Amino acid sequence: MIPVPEVVLGGVLPALIIAIAGLLAMLLGLFVRKGAVAVGAIIALIGVLLALMVNNPLRLMNTTAFSGMIALDSYTWFFNLLILFSVGLTVLISMKYLVDQGLNLYEYFALLLFSAVGMMFMVSGIHLLMIFVGLETLSIGVYVLTGVLPKSSKSSEASLKYLLLGAFSSGLFLYGAALLYGSAGTLSLAGMAKYFHSGSVSLMAIVGMGLLLVGFGFKVAAVPFHMWTPDVYDGAPSPITGFMSVGVKAAAFAAFLRVFFECFGSAQITWGHILWVLAVLTMILGNMAAIVQNNIKRMLAYSSIAHAGYILVGMVAGTASGAAGVLYYLLAYIFTNLGAFAVVTMVGRKGEANVYLDDYRGLGKSHPTLALAMSIFLFSLAGIPPTAGFIGKFTIFSAAISAGYVWLVIIGVLTSAASVFYYFRVIMKMYMEAPEVEPERLSFSPSMAFALSITVMAVLYIGIFPTTYLNLATESVKSLF
Amino acid sequence: MENVSHLLSLITFIPLLGAIVILFINRECLETLRYVTIAFMLLDFVISLFVYFGFDPSVASMQFVEYRPWIQQWGISYKVGIDGISLLLVMLTTFLGPILVLACWKDITVRVKEFMICLLFLQVGMIGVFVSLDLFLFYVFWEIMLIPMYLLIGVWGNPARRLYAAMKFVLYTIVGSLLMLVAILVLYFMAGKSSGVYTFDLLKLYDFAVPVQAQFWLFLAFFLAFAIKVPMFPFHTWLPDAHTEAPTVGSVVLAAVLLKMGTYGFIRFAIPLFPNAAIDAAWWVALLAVIGIIYGAWVAMVQLDMKRLVAFSSVSHLGFVMLGMFALTTQGVEGSIIQMINHGLSTGALFLIVGMIYERRHTRLISEFGGISKVMPLFAVFFMIFTLSSIGLPGLNGFIGEFLILLGSFGKFTWYTVFAASGVIFAAVYMLWMFQRVMFGEVTNPKNLNLKDIDIREVAVLVPLLIFVVWIGIYPNTFLRRMEPSVKNFIQYVEKKRAAVIAMEEAEGRLVPNLEKISLVSSVTKTRAEK
Repeated sequence: MIPVPEVVLGGVLPALIIAIAGLLAMLLGLFVRKGAVAVGAIIALIGVLLALMVNNPLRLMNTTAFSGMIALDSYTWFFNLLILFSVGLTVLISMKYLVDQGLNLYEYFALLLFSAVGMMFMVSGIHLLMIFVGLETLSIGVYVLTGVLPKSSKSSEASLKYLLLGAFSSGLFLYGAALLYGSAGTLSLAGMAKYFHSGSVSLMAIVGMGLLLVGFGFKVAAVPFHMWTPDVYDGAPSPITGFMSVGVKAAAFAAFLRVFFECFGSAQITWGHILWVLAVLTMILGNMAAIVQNNIKRMLAYSSIAHAGYILVGMVAGTASGAAGVLYYLLAYIFTNLGAFAVVTMVGRKGEANVYLDDYRGLGKSHPTLALAMSIFLFSLAGIPPTAGFIGKFTIFSAAISAGYVWLVIIGVLTSAASVFYYFRVIMKMYMEAPEVEPERLSFSPSMAFALSITVMAVLYIGIFPTTYLNLATESVKSLF
Repeated sequence: MENVSHLLSLITFIPLLGAIVILFINRECLETLRYVTIAFMLLDFVISLFVYFGFDPSVASMQFVEYRPWIQQWGISYKVGIDGISLLLVMLTTFLGPILVLACWKDITVRVKEFMICLLFLQVGMIGVFVSLDLFLFYVFWEIMLIPMYLLIGVWGNPARRLYAAMKFVLYTIVGSLLMLVAILVLYFMAGKSSGVYTFDLLKLYDFAVPVQAQFWLFLAFFLAFAIKVPMFPFHTWLPDAHTEAPTVGSVVLAAVLLKMGTYGFIRFAIPLFPNAAIDAAWWVALLAVIGIIYGAWVAMVQLDMKRLVAFSSVSHLGFVMLGMFALTTQGVEGSIIQMINHGLSTGALFLIVGMIYERRHTRLISEFGGISKVMPLFAVFFMIFTLSSIGLPGLNGFIGEFLILLGSFGKFTWYTVFAASGVIFAAVYMLWMFQRVMFGEVTNPKNLNLKDIDIREVAVLVPLLIFVVWIGIYPNTFLRRMEPSVKNFIQYVEKKRAAVIAMEEAEGRLVPNLEKISLVSSVTKTRAEK
């Protein structure tokens, strides 16, 4: 008799609900021809709300489930929350966009939900195979979503590029896992941690660790594994770009943190140095390249690379406060960047014709509210108080300083000063320059207005009163240390 | 005491309330927007008068202290308070508020709503910087004030180069302030690790004696942030651009208050937190200050544009402020503080005057004018008085400040003082020469023949400034009295703390090599003092 492991569904209920919502969206889409977008969106939103509700018990749990494949703890809870927020907001941002683009696709929402399921398993995974399965599930959804614009060759190119490079990085990841299995004899994080603590670590394991680093580096878009980012972010539909820049990044960082802190903890010296270099390269290249962009999506792509660099600084710190900083930063970044992409989506209009910085000229005059919202997001990205982005940078930099990485922080703040240039340039376009021809007015859809007001309020609120959220982040990383 | 203790928060956030109110006013009602703004500014000023008169001049420590935990896990609190040093700066800020609104009544006609919001926000940031007693809070206000200033220059500035000037202003400031943030964090952890209490509370951090070697680096970072803001030579290059391109009101705020944030930063943060480094560096800082005084004056002399001339005169005047401060004598520091106020009043007024003539002629080139005193006699009177105040004529405010500074620094930096005094002469040269070319002689340019003299509103803008220019010039004691205990306390504190740090280092046997290594200067200063 094969022993049947006891199955506890309570812990994976959020992911299950999202998966069911995805299936429902697909099924119902078959029957409603006309309002497929509305139906899909409503199902997705209901799913997200339900999942948010059943996610709460996780916060107090600290167990593993499915034979030690996934962990049910506050860390999982926190990242589930981030993922659900980003899916929910992306759905809100996408609704009018899809209608405007003439895409009557219910699959869009199904894919979005499925990739969210992948993310949720990835963040809870404590076994490399589980993490890999999560990673692939999320990636496939996102590959397709990137190429969802049928008439745009840019979108298809982006999708193909992402698929090829993504597959390559997944291969490296898997190869790394195989090498680790060869040396440690297990793929569970706890087992590998034991192996790394034992003292005799083989070269093969180190190489495996390096390959994992490459795999994660690719997903979080750290230099030098960032090559795909600008093209993919540029080609993908704007709401999906927003989703990729926050959701995928958050999930990848979640697994990255868990794997590296939990099982390579004792070998931290080795990977700490590598990450130091990666962080510096990422911050410098991301910010410098963003300066010269004139397409806002490409600019935000490079800016998202730069932000990955700041988050890596928190990882380099290697302490609990550094990890908490990463969590808080991601929380702040989700609202900020999705908000910014919501504005990009709106200003882009039909066919994403207006994605150049010059298209933002005069926005302050023609749409003061939208311009104000965009300014708040840009201030947050630039780390100007009193926004969430400032507190995020502050947490990460203070963690790094307390761990003794003063030079790293100095490089960080200098590159962040450079970033002010390109973020403020958008503000300059919006308020200080006049458009050549007056563009037609934008129309706010209720869902978009809702998404924008949520993001603006969140950016300001968690920036001015961060206490609760900092505590949550600190609590959530406890299971890693 | 319980009731009055919210006063500082009130004066900090009333402008914010004003900005929120303005948000809901129709942008077409220009007059309403202006009246509401000026009402809030006046209200702010009136409340600040309660602070002024409620302030106990015999006490050296912080007054009106308000404390509320903010981000507890990091020891960040909302803590505000003022002493004799910040009192006058806060008063200057609230006093200028209504004047600024009145000054831009006719000048700003596009996007009035946004302009007023920016002005009110700026007020929040500036007052916040002067009252905060928590390093984190201070940093937040310091950065917040960047955004409205950036918009003031960039949106309402001179069309030609406003974008360049606005960006330059932001980048310069932010590089300095971000490095200061790093230093703040390092200080925070250093103090926290040694005492076990992690806090950003300035008064608690004052008690922490930073090792000499660390002081050097931390002071350097703070120095950079504040020196850019002051601005000291050679970090001043953003200033002429920002001043020239900004609208009149922007220049006034910039000169009168924003630059004071830098000098105030030295006196409140950089010097008392790192006294050893500050005293060791005093020689160099004073050198830069003197270079600034003379260089600013020389460059001002050759300017063709009146506004640029006044901007460079700022560099020169602030050199005096820095010189007096780093002499670290009672007269020097008092002179330096009073000179901050003076500069705010007279340079602010000069920018207003240049703005008035620019409104009429849309040019500021000195060569375009001549004989204006014949067409605009009332204007000429005001212009003359503020010019004389700026060059330090006895009986007006500038004299008091410069005299005290020269008096205070003579003992410490004899030769510097001699050179600095020559700056006073150069000031007379460039200001009077400018005045002569613009105001006297025959009216050579026919366009100037029909200029209207200043009206009631413009007189109302200048008269309050004039009153204080004369008041400080004749009876400065009203103001000196209030700062004296705080200044004396400040100097004693710096000396005591410096000695304590040296004693601590000696006890640990680290002093001798360290001091030699960091400060080539300290030996120089010592021998000078011995002489």
